[in-house]
Amino acid sequence: MTTEAAPFRQIVANSQPANDTPSYGSTHLRHPARVPLRIPQTITETTGPRFTPAQFGPMPDLSVTNGKQAQGERIIVRGRVVDENNRPVPHTMIEIWQANAGGRYDHPGDQHDAPMDPNFHGGGRVFSDADGWYQFTTIKPGAYPWRNHPNAWRPNHIHYSLFGTGFGQRIVTQMYFPGDPLLALDPIFLAVPDPAARDRLIAAFDIDITAPEWALGYRFDFVLRGRDATPTEQA
Amino acid sequence: MLAATASQTIGPYWHLIEDDTWADLTRFGAEGETVVLTGTVYDGAGSLVTDAAIEIWQTSPAASDIFPAFGRCRTDSNGAFRFTTLKPGPVAGLGNAQQAPHIAISIFARGLLNALITRLYFQDEPLNETDPVLSMIEDEARRRTLIATRTASGAWNLDIRLQGDNETVFMEI
Ligand SMILES: [Fe+2]
Repeated sequence: MTTEAAPFRQIVANSQPANDTPSYGSTHLRHPARVPLRIPQTITETTGPRFTPAQFGPMPDLSVTNGKQAQGERIIVRGRVVDENNRPVPHTMIEIWQANAGGRYDHPGDQHDAPMDPNFHGGGRVFSDADGWYQFTTIKPGAYPWRNHPNAWRPNHIHYSLFGTGFGQRIVTQMYFPGDPLLALDPIFLAVPDPAARDRLIAAFDIDITAPEWALGYRFDFVLRGRDATPTEQA
Repeated sequence: MLAATASQTIGPYWHLIEDDTWADLTRFGAEGETVVLTGTVYDGAGSLVTDAAIEIWQTSPAASDIFPAFGRCRTDSNGAFRFTTLKPGPVAGLGNAQQAPHIAISIFARGLLNALITRLYFQDEPLNETDPVLSMIEDEARRRTLIATRTASGAWNLDIRLQGDNETVFMEI
């Protein structure tokens, strides 16, 4: 029987990027050189923080600031949060941040010579519902240059942070868009070894999520680590 | 079985979701023995890491409506983070084992494609000698990379070295 405190399954081989990814320059001095210590999962690792909409109010529409519409292509992103056992992860917090339509972040560190949009901040927060579904509205973020290599550009992407139900389930990731020619050149995207795992970072255009006369819709599902069925067998 | 969604770096612009009150886990009124946790994050060249998100999670005292047991803090222009929280007590381990008071840490930053996970322990806790995780680390100097020390101001300090000499012991769970 799966219980709340059961340990998480081991990470599936090649499904996660290597910290040491030479093509991504910032990893050079930041990736640990030593093999991580594999520790048993105790209550510290199997439980995690809970966030409620009462304390952390939802911000489900990034496309409007102070009642004014941001520039760009309005989109709806909808999907489901499940675990590796294909069980929905209900009532879990999803943090969202992204660049504006011109590819510029509302952040002092972003010096890209693209216009700021006073009606776009780029931070959001939603919660999955009782069946794991979430949805938010935003504008499609623009591609932007970075200094990783000559003429380097990040593909259009949205950043996400999810907490799940335990410390070992925490994930920070990025969602990409279908058909983006920059994906084949992006060392961060390409750092995921398994092509199937990589492709699951790409949202799918979805006509059923698309709102007539309003916004295109994209489907993007999250899979969080699943729990083992037999907690007592954990070494 | 499905495989979990791949991790990607938090990047340099994660501050768009930052709320600096999250560094104070006592902000909702929790009472108890308050401790301040500080540290500086260094890269493999000994340079300051000034754009990281440091997160902490503790199971003692247990999370409640007034104690989130979770915090997040940026590293500042000096590579430094600072949390205010409640001092943890011993934590149940597997079987009959007891764990020394500790706090779980996740580190996210530009250049980190996955979160780095480690733990903070407190110097001079008697249970450190028998803690199941600390006991897995044979080398005394390596073990010390997890043990916060008391500073003159009374804070508990633990510096984090991502790479190289005195590299912090990072963990896979
Ligand atoms: Fe980005």
